[in-house]
Amino acid sequence: MQRNWIHAWLLLSPAFVFLLAFTHIPAVTTLWNSLFTTPRGRRPSRWAGLENYETLIADPIFWKVLSNNIWFALGTIPTSIAIALAMALWVNEKLAGRGFLRMAYFTPTVLPMIAVANIWMFFYTPGFGLIDQITGRFGLPQSNILGQPDTALWGVMAVTIWKEAGFFMIFYLAALQTIPPSLIEAARIEGAGPWTIFRRVTFPLLMPTTLFVSINAVVNSFRMVDHIFILTGGGPDNASSLLLFYIYEVAFRFWDTAYAATLTVILLAILGLLAIGQFFLFDRKVHYR
Amino acid sequence: MISKLKAAVAGLALMASPALAVDLEFYFPVAVGGAAANTIEELTNEYIAANPGVNIDAIYAGSYQDTVAKALTAARGGNAPQLSVILSVDMYTLFDEDLIHAFDDFATTDEDKAWLKSFYPSFMENSMIDGKTYGIPFQRSTPVLYYNKEAFAEAGLTDAPATWEEMKDYAGKLTKKDDAGNVTQWGVRIPSSGFPYWLFQGLTTSNGATLVTDNGTKTNFDDPKVVEALEYLVSLSKDGVMAPGIIEWGATPKAFFEGQTAMMWTSTGNLTNVRKNAPFDFGVAMLPANKRRGAPTGGGNFYLFKGGSDEETKAAFDFIKWISQPTQAAKWSIATGYVAPSPATWDSKEMQDYAADFPPALVARDQLEHAVAELSTYENQRVTRIFNDALHAAITGDKSAADALAEAQAKADAVLKAYR
Repeated sequence: MQRNWIHAWLLLSPAFVFLLAFTHIPAVTTLWNSLFTTPRGRRPSRWAGLENYETLIADPIFWKVLSNNIWFALGTIPTSIAIALAMALWVNEKLAGRGFLRMAYFTPTVLPMIAVANIWMFFYTPGFGLIDQITGRFGLPQSNILGQPDTALWGVMAVTIWKEAGFFMIFYLAALQTIPPSLIEAARIEGAGPWTIFRRVTFPLLMPTTLFVSINAVVNSFRMVDHIFILTGGGPDNASSLLLFYIYEVAFRFWDTAYAATLTVILLAILGLLAIGQFFLFDRKVHYR
Repeated sequence: MISKLKAAVAGLALMASPALAVDLEFYFPVAVGGAAANTIEELTNEYIAANPGVNIDAIYAGSYQDTVAKALTAARGGNAPQLSVILSVDMYTLFDEDLIHAFDDFATTDEDKAWLKSFYPSFMENSMIDGKTYGIPFQRSTPVLYYNKEAFAEAGLTDAPATWEEMKDYAGKLTKKDDAGNVTQWGVRIPSSGFPYWLFQGLTTSNGATLVTDNGTKTNFDDPKVVEALEYLVSLSKDGVMAPGIIEWGATPKAFFEGQTAMMWTSTGNLTNVRKNAPFDFGVAMLPANKRRGAPTGGGNFYLFKGGSDEETKAAFDFIKWISQPTQAAKWSIATGYVAPSPATWDSKEMQDYAADFPPALVARDQLEHAVAELSTYENQRVTRIFNDALHAAITGDKSAADALAEAQAKADAVLKAYR
C-alpha cells in the first residue's frame, strides 16, 4: 500500500513539477503582486491591499476592453465554428480536387498570425487596398474599416474568423470520418432527408468535437491578440483593444506591473469560470460513445 | 612541460587581461530599415579597430518599443547594457527607474564639457533633467511636409504652403474627385495611427502651445490653443480635404507615391525612402505656421546605464563621445536621413557635399531653430497613450476636441500627481 503511494507520486511528479513551475506558482505570484504597488527604481513597492482592484473598477478602459472582448467572443466563436462545420461537411463529400480544397481551407492556420495580419492590412488599406480596389470598380467611396471606431473591432474579428475556421475544420473533418456510414444509410432507408440526417444523426455524434472546439475557441478569443499589434494597436481610442492586449500594454509599455497583475487575476478568473461552466453544463448534453 | 606551458599561458593571459578587460553591450533600435543597422555595425567596428582595449557588442534590439522593453528587463535582472539608443522621450522613465548616469559626472575635462554643449538646443530639451545631461542626441528626426510638385503644378500652385490657412486652401484645390463624386486624390495626409501626438505637436507648437511644463510633471492638454489645433486637424477631414477616420502611419509614404495624396506629413527619417521611390518630382518644406513656425523633434538618444564597473562606464562614455563627432555623425545622417545633431556636423565637408547634392536635407536642419521637445513626461508611455486616445476620439468624431482634451488632462493629472 505504502509503496503504491510512492509509486503514484513518482509517476505524477514530472507533470506535477511543470504544472507547478509554469502554471500554479505564477498564478499565485500574480495574485500576490496584485496586492502591492508597482516598484520603481526611486520608490520601492509597498502593500496596497485592494487599491489596485479599486483602480480597476474605476478604470473606464478596463470596462471598455472587457466589453470589447465579450463582443469579440460572441462575434467570432459561433461564426468560426459554423463556418468550420460547413467547410468540413463539404470537403468530406466525394468531389473533384478535394485534397486541394482541404489544403486551401487549412492554409490560414499554418500562417503565423503576424503574417496574416500584414496580409489583411493590405486588404483593408483605404484607397489602394484590395477591398477598396474592388469596391472602387463599382463606384463605391473609400472605406476605412480599421480607422473608424464602429468598424475597427469587426475588421479584427473578420481576420480571427478567417484564421480560426480552417483550424476547427480539421477537428470536424476527423470526427466526421469516424461516424459509421451504416448509421447514415439506416437513416436514409427510414426515409430521412439530408437535413434530418444532419440534425438527428451527424450533429449529435459531433457533439464531443463541438465541445472541444468551443473550449478552444473561447480560450483563443481571450488569448489571440497578435494581429491587433499590426492592425490597429488597439485603436482608435481603444475601440479594438482586448483584455490581453491591454494587459500587455500596462505591463510592458507603461511598466505598471502591479496593475497588470491585477488585470491578469481578472483574466484568470474569467477563463477559469468559463472552463468550469463549459465542462459542467455543456458536458451533460454531450453524447460520448 | 605541459604544466609549465599552462603556467606560461596563464601568465600571458594575466598580462594581457588589463588591455582586453572592457566588454561593452550596446542595444540599438532600427526604425527605418536595413541600412541603419549596417551603418551602426560599421561604425562600431571602426571604433574597436582603433581602440584595442575595448570590445563593443552592438545588439540589434528591434523597434524603439522593443529596445526600451529589453533594456528595462535586462536592467531589472541586473544585466543592464552599458549603453543603448532609446527614444529621447523615455528619458524620464529611465531616470525614474534610476537606471541611467548623468553624462556630466564623467565629463571631467574642458573638452568633454564643451562636447556636452555642442548639440542643437532643441535636441537637448529632451536630453536634460534639472540642468544635467542624461541623453546624447543621435538618431534624431523632425516631421516635415512632403509635396508632390506635379500635382501642385496641375492645380496651378508653385510653392509649399507656409501657413495653416494656405495648407487647407491648397489641400482643397488639390483634392480631386471622379465622376461618381468619390475622392481619387486627397489634398493632405497627416497620419494618426499609433502615435498621433507627434505630428499633432507640429500643430500645437505652431499654434504657440507648450504641451508639457515643470520638468515633465505637468501637461497642458486642455489649453485653448491645443483645442484650437485639434479643431483644425479635425476640420481637415470634415471639410473633405483629408481622408476621414484614423490614417495609417505606415502606409503614408506609399499613399504619397500612389498619388492618393498630394501632401503628406511624416518624419525626415523617410527622406531617403521618398527620394528613392517617389515616381514624380517632390518637394520638402517646413511644417506650416500659424502663430509661429513650429515642430517637435523626435527619435533616439544615447543613454549611459548604471550597473557597469567604472572602467566600463568610462569606456562607454568615450565611445558615445566618439560616435557623435562630426565625421561619424555625418556618415550616420547621410545613410539614414536622420538630422545631424550638432552644427559642427553640418559644417563638415561630407555634410556640405551631401546638402549641395540634395538640398531637401537642409529643411529639417533649418526647422530645428523653431523646434521644441517631443512630448515627454514621467510615465511617458501611459501619458502619451491617454493623449493619443483623446486625439483618436476627436478625429473619429466620438467626442468634441474640447471634451476629449479636458478628459485627457484630468487623467494625465491623476498619473503625474505623484511626481510633483
